[in-house]
Amino acid sequence: MTQMPGTIKAAKMTDTKISARNVQVYYGDTHAIKDVNIEIGSRAVTAFIGPSGCGKSTFLRCLNRMNDTIDICRVEGNIDLDGEDIYDSRVDPVQLRAKVGMVFQKPNPFPKSIYDNIAYGPRIHGLVRKKAELDEIVASSLQKAGLWNEVKDRLDGPGTGLSGGQQQRLCIARAIAVSPEVILMDEPCSALDPIATAKVEELIDELRENFTIVIVTHSMQQAARVSQRTAFFHMGNLVEIGDTQDIFTNPVDKRTQDYITGRFG
Amino acid sequence: MTDAILPNVASAPASATKSRSLLEVDSHTRRRNAAETRFRFYGIGAVLIGLFFLVALLWAILSNGLTAFMQTSISIDLHLDKAAIESAEKSVVKTSKYNEMIGAALEEKLTAAHIETGMPVKDLMKILSSGAASTVRAFVLDNPDKYGSTVPFDLLASSRVDGYLKDRVTREALANDKNLDAAHLDIVDAMIKAGVIAKTFNWSFVFGSDASDSRPEQAGIGVSMLGSLYMMLVVLVLSLPIGVAASIYLEEFAPKNRWTDVIEVNIANLAAVPSIVFGILGLAAFIQFAHLPQSAPIVGGLVLTLMTLPTIIISTRAALKAVPPSIRSAALGIGASKMQSVFHHVLPLAMPGILTGTIIGLAQALGETAPLLLIGMVGFIASNYPAGVADGFFSPNSAMPAQIYEWAKRADPAFYERAWGGIIILLVVLMSMNILAILLRRKFERRW
Amino acid sequence: MPLSLLFASCLLIAALAFLMGRGKAFKSAGGDIRKLHSLPGYYGWNSALMVLLPSMAALVIWLAVQPLVINSSVSQMISTQSVEASSLDLIMSDVRRVAEGLNKAVEAGAMTEAEVSGATAESMNVRERLGAVGVALGSDVSNETLQAAQSYRDLSATSGLLRTIAVLALALGGLVFGVVRTNKDFRARNTVERVILGLLIAAASIAILTTVGIVFSLIFNTVEFFKLYPAADFFFGLTWSPSFGGGSDLGILPLIWATLYISLIALAVSVPVGLFAAIYLSEYAAPLVRSVAKPLLEVLAGIPTIVYGLFALLTVGPLLVDIFGSNGVLHLGWMQGGTAVMTAGLVMGIMLIPFVSSLSDDIINAVPQAMRDGSLGLGATHSETVKQVILPAALPGIVGAILLAASRAIGETMIVVLGAGAAARLSMNPFDAMTTVTAKIVSQLTGDADFASPEALVAFALGMTLFVMTLGLNVIALYIVRKYREQYE
Repeated sequence: MTQMPGTIKAAKMTDTKISARNVQVYYGDTHAIKDVNIEIGSRAVTAFIGPSGCGKSTFLRCLNRMNDTIDICRVEGNIDLDGEDIYDSRVDPVQLRAKVGMVFQKPNPFPKSIYDNIAYGPRIHGLVRKKAELDEIVASSLQKAGLWNEVKDRLDGPGTGLSGGQQQRLCIARAIAVSPEVILMDEPCSALDPIATAKVEELIDELRENFTIVIVTHSMQQAARVSQRTAFFHMGNLVEIGDTQDIFTNPVDKRTQDYITGRFG
Repeated sequence: MTDAILPNVASAPASATKSRSLLEVDSHTRRRNAAETRFRFYGIGAVLIGLFFLVALLWAILSNGLTAFMQTSISIDLHLDKAAIESAEKSVVKTSKYNEMIGAALEEKLTAAHIETGMPVKDLMKILSSGAASTVRAFVLDNPDKYGSTVPFDLLASSRVDGYLKDRVTREALANDKNLDAAHLDIVDAMIKAGVIAKTFNWSFVFGSDASDSRPEQAGIGVSMLGSLYMMLVVLVLSLPIGVAASIYLEEFAPKNRWTDVIEVNIANLAAVPSIVFGILGLAAFIQFAHLPQSAPIVGGLVLTLMTLPTIIISTRAALKAVPPSIRSAALGIGASKMQSVFHHVLPLAMPGILTGTIIGLAQALGETAPLLLIGMVGFIASNYPAGVADGFFSPNSAMPAQIYEWAKRADPAFYERAWGGIIILLVVLMSMNILAILLRRKFERRW
Repeated sequence: MPLSLLFASCLLIAALAFLMGRGKAFKSAGGDIRKLHSLPGYYGWNSALMVLLPSMAALVIWLAVQPLVINSSVSQMISTQSVEASSLDLIMSDVRRVAEGLNKAVEAGAMTEAEVSGATAESMNVRERLGAVGVALGSDVSNETLQAAQSYRDLSATSGLLRTIAVLALALGGLVFGVVRTNKDFRARNTVERVILGLLIAAASIAILTTVGIVFSLIFNTVEFFKLYPAADFFFGLTWSPSFGGGSDLGILPLIWATLYISLIALAVSVPVGLFAAIYLSEYAAPLVRSVAKPLLEVLAGIPTIVYGLFALLTVGPLLVDIFGSNGVLHLGWMQGGTAVMTAGLVMGIMLIPFVSSLSDDIINAVPQAMRDGSLGLGATHSETVKQVILPAALPGIVGAILLAASRAIGETMIVVLGAGAAARLSMNPFDAMTTVTAKIVSQLTGDADFASPEALVAFALGMTLFVMTLGLNVIALYIVRKYREQYE
């Protein structure tokens, strides 16, 4: 928390939040993720980049076991969160997802009021006992998501009535309301216009102080802007991971270089 | 933006959750998972209840209906004496003379089998169907060359005896029955031992005609099956071309305007109008107004056509919609007219889907009862085969479901067995139609 | 000329026109079809259509109008005394029957044409003579009827002749017109296609005609009924006891009550079971289970209602009596006979399970996956996701589905005819036998009821009520479902 935003070198691997070893993912007969090893640092933004279909989203969804909801998907290997294997049979995915929240590609507010959208998580996880506590969580989550001033007068209005960028920030606020430790973001800006994107990026940068953030993006500029570390995926392989600056200025692998310079992608 | 409040976010309950290890499940989560399991079991329960009802229904149908396919008959040898036949034909009530002949032959048969009857012949005859005499008479009139010879007959037993052999009629139940009493059953028992009486496959149920209230053993569903067939022909001939034409117009040509909207909403609503209302329409329009013959399959077919049209139009439009626009553009691109592109390319490609929808529509129409009751296709009018094809369309007939309804209404429980048996036949026909539809879809299904 | 022969000759002329039109087009192009505007077949079809369209239209119109005209001119011959003694309809049907009988007699050679036209009731026993050729008459034929029948015959014969001439003339005229118009520059395809388009539009309009027919046949007879029976008594009467001798009480309320009661029980069975089954099959079940259980449940929807009716009458009814009857296992004595509101409602509920479940299944599947992901990603359990996100999102669609099911239940006939009972009753006890609107439509219109009596006509008023109720439900339901679909498209 003492690190200054923007000092990228200082963000380098203070302590490991998530570590994955020998992760394989299969969709039916397709081998989608091949032997990925990665360490994700606490309270920093890690970006996954790579051409589409490279497996970066699939791997992201392994981190809070969202892949469990897909029948034909099979995950092998170890993924530890704070040293505990999240694929251990004793782990309840419901509790895991309370710790590891997720924001999706397309804003997906529930067809409920703005208030109920935020309150949904705290309610189901039993985080509050009194209405006042819930009000406070809703307010603070919206404040942290930078949405409070825009919606404080219409908390009872439908969440689907907001603009695209507001909807995505609502979804981020919804994820924050559960007080997760990690937030996974799957191309959160791909459906937004540049102005809305800038706002969300600014928000991500602020959230880094309290949350570990993993973001999948197809935009290299975005990765460069918001992340401290970047991992490059290609054809289901993790090709290279390192400090964002190093990856973009001085890639080790030929494939990374080709991708960054725009030879394919 | 909002840094000031940040340190307070992790309020007490939240941080408590945070610090806990993932490997232990807390009590709140355990409760939630229990609710999850309960919810899942409600779902399984609902599916099982649905399936249970299906099984119960099928069980009721099969256990009650299969017996209708077997019928008890008594074999006797009847000497066709020419003089006796001639005198019978001259008398006023011809069948009573034949009854005497049959009675004598039956008694002879029993004596030969060493069965003591101890009752007058007239009483003994109650074992046989009251239709036995006319069966013999019909045979005699058809085969004058058999006069003077002895002919073996398998005559139907009365419905009570038939019920006794099928365990439907018990001795206790006969206590108040004036048609048959326990003494008859003793004779029947002896006849079973002697092999004079036996159950055989009941062809006359499948192919025969309906019989009057007092002779359930003779009732068959064959004639009303034919009635259903004629109706289905009418429905097929009318609803397929009209339905396809209407769908082509709505899907390919109709401009998007108010009139088209009216037609669309109208079709969707017609599909949900109760079938009995179509019966009222048929009664008022075809019989009251157009003076078409009552109870005729042609009228039934017309009513069912109007009823099935919306279903066929909806499925045909879906089939047309499934043909990709690229096919149309390709045809138009080489200079075909819009009409040619539809009739040469789109329609043939949509045909399997259209046929599947039509078969399913026909199956629906085949099982429909209520509208037929209103146009008079009920009662024991299905008692004679129509004389020819025109007669088949225009002379009064019943239909399978209406015949089943008719049997269900009658007082004698022996008819219930017929009703269930009729249902088995109806369901077999419907099942074949649906299987045909599935096979068609499988064979021609095309994914674009 | 008989109808079938006339029809056949029109077809023949059309075939001739086809050949001539095609031949002429060929010739005008000098045998080179590249010089033709359209393919040669279109020229043939054009000429054939020019024959068929006017002649068939004339034939149809003639067939519709001729009986009306003849009827009205013949019925003027019937004196007012006879009309008062009987009714015009009955006399006219006698007249038609006698006329048909005379035709038959002439055909069979039992009478000569001269005999028929010269016959009077005094000079000939018409009933006996016609009986000899197999036309049975209910009573002796009066002189008046006989004369009317003779004039009916004459008019029919004349009109038949005129019809033949008119239709054939139109057909031949069409032939000439079609063929003359044919030359190599004539746009035959466009004309033919315009006619086909007209036919397509006509086919699409049949749906409208059906609705118009339904509305007219209901309104017309309902108005007749309200002339004989006060509308207020019908809509607000608390007793239903028709007696065909007259003096009936025809209040609809007991019927409406039973209809709604049975529908309510049916929905109470089918909605929870159907909805939970749909949720389980679309959200939880493994693909294999789904692919087996879903079609099996839908078998219930394909079974004809008569089967359910029999099931109610012969299986469920007796079973319920064994449980709730006075000699039943519970010794409650609530139920007197097998037919009851509960019997019909329960069986109807079974019938509606697949209806509710497949509609709900569609609707639940239409909720975007993103909603589920959003909820699951926050750590909601699957059931929490279903209850708090998917069902609220799908609610309008599900309400629409339930309304459609309710409309089905209200309009269902065979189950209530066989399972609910025949006596109208206003009772709260679901184990009492009651009777519904649809069941009474059937019972008032079957049998040998006099079609003009209020006891028969009431069925149309009942039908009208039923039509309005179900139409209202359908319109609302379809509107809701449509709006719901648009929301996620």
